[in-house]
Amino acid sequence: MTAPPLIEVEDLRIDLDDGVKHVAAVEGVSFRIDRGETFGLVGESGCGKSITALALIGLLRRPLAVAAGAIRFEGREIQGLSAAEQRELRGNRIAMIFQEPMTALNPVSPVGRQIAEMFVLHKGKSWREANQLAVEALANVRVPAPERRVKDYPHQLSGGMRQRVMIAIALACDPDLLIADEPTTALDVTVQAEIIELMRNLCAERGTAILMISHDLGLVANVCRRVGVMYAGRIVEERGSDDIFRACAHPYTQGLVDSLPRLGSRAALGRSRLREIAGVVPAIADFPSGCRFNPRCAQATEICRTTAPETTWLGAGGLVRCHHHA
Amino acid sequence: MKLGTSAIIGGALFALAIFVGLFAPWLAHTDPVMGANLMNAEEPPSWIWWFGTDAQGRDIYSRVVHGARISLTVGIVSQLVNSVIGVTLGLTAGYWGGWWDDVVNGLTNLMLAIPSLIFALAIMAVLGPGLTSLLIALGLTNWSFTCRIARASTLSLKSQGYVQAARVLGYGDLRIMITQLLPNMVGPIIVIGTLGMGGAVLAEASLSFLGLGIRPPYPSWGSMLSEARDQITTAPWLSVFPGLAIFLTVLGLNLLGDGLRDVLDPQSRSRRT
Repeated sequence: MTAPPLIEVEDLRIDLDDGVKHVAAVEGVSFRIDRGETFGLVGESGCGKSITALALIGLLRRPLAVAAGAIRFEGREIQGLSAAEQRELRGNRIAMIFQEPMTALNPVSPVGRQIAEMFVLHKGKSWREANQLAVEALANVRVPAPERRVKDYPHQLSGGMRQRVMIAIALACDPDLLIADEPTTALDVTVQAEIIELMRNLCAERGTAILMISHDLGLVANVCRRVGVMYAGRIVEERGSDDIFRACAHPYTQGLVDSLPRLGSRAALGRSRLREIAGVVPAIADFPSGCRFNPRCAQATEICRTTAPETTWLGAGGLVRCHHHA
Repeated sequence: MKLGTSAIIGGALFALAIFVGLFAPWLAHTDPVMGANLMNAEEPPSWIWWFGTDAQGRDIYSRVVHGARISLTVGIVSQLVNSVIGVTLGLTAGYWGGWWDDVVNGLTNLMLAIPSLIFALAIMAVLGPGLTSLLIALGLTNWSFTCRIARASTLSLKSQGYVQAARVLGYGDLRIMITQLLPNMVGPIIVIGTLGMGGAVLAEASLSFLGLGIRPPYPSWGSMLSEARDQITTAPWLSVFPGLAIFLTVLGLNLLGDGLRDVLDPQSRSRRT
């Protein structure tokens, strides 16, 4: 028998139930990430990618809850774990970095202490040892003069430095999976590239798998080996990241690809407008019936409005959910 | 950190009171209780008797100096008890919410509805006079403001990114409360605590004045005022000096509290960085 994948999500459904409305915010989401693999989830705001990530670490809070499906970490069902066991996974085996490095660090605690806390919490180290390890951890994320920086408070650091500190905290316990939720959205473009490079290298060295969540298809395809495109709570296409630009199958993915400026294209040279996807993501409460993309889709026909498309398997482990896939 | 004038003046007054309380035995001229001598009864203030003497010939200066010990002990200890109770209840109520939040809210409203001095009076009546019962009575009756502040701070801090991040990183509830929430609400809690300390000094004086706090012959500012009541026209120094001591201490604590509020205000903090 082969070893189970690191994390396996099967037919996940997350319901939003605030007592008045009861709707599925995420539905039929399945994917798997193997050890050391990199997987990306792409989609517009509100498509459910962040709450999928929260579900992975068992941190959905009311009114959101996992309604159906399974999330297995190393073959063990996360929903079935006790609160203490879940806490043991969080930070230790599965870590997460966030979009806002400004707010994700405690403003009244020196950054070194915040890193050291992870060693004390998960590895049972003494504070002495942990402080030592914190300096090393800062050095690992290429923060200059780490032995002085550990005493700094978050407001004394730049955005890029703060995100490095976040990465140091997240990777402190050598997790098996790093969830990066829009890790560079709040940063300058030049810093973005450095941070992505750093994250990729550190994870590759340690064999840490990455689940990257972003609205930026280009960025995700650059970091991840496989990409899942989410739209309105469903994965509409999942491909190897090389295939996605070459031959994407879903009209939504095509829209995303077309809306990226490319070097040398007419749009980049200012001779034509960049293409956009008409319309906006529907609100969770009124997802359209049938294929959820149909109101914005140029190829939509009658069947798209009535029947949700089944999964079609493409070559090389790819899949698409569209009646008219290319 | 730049301290305002009020914080400096208030801090100096409070520090003076603490100093006097700590070194009372060395500062006092005579024993505050036993130093009675009817030969010196009701002397007005002079070079020998700085604050005058009372009907038993006891040195008022020495009694005021010793009274600082009791007033400050009561003020500091009872406010500490209040802060601990208030923060514990407010923090847990705000963090966990649900039925526990309802219980704490109900209790807080109850405490706010009953005048705290009346409540303290009732406790004193049950426990009897004395320093310990005074500490218990005042320590249990003034936590509602601290509790409200702690709860409100928790509610607003709970949604901060770093509190969420801590949860994602596997922190337990207690660790989140102690490392993430508490340090971020310390400013307002200190301000309320300082102001509350002034209130506790006043409450001690009131209870002792009513004969339920520190009993004569032991000197507390309140009990001294109480004893001096009958002689206020013939020997006003008996009331003036303990009254002045209360006034300056409470003024100092209030100024300090206000000054600290300006310093610890997150708005002014962000302006500096």
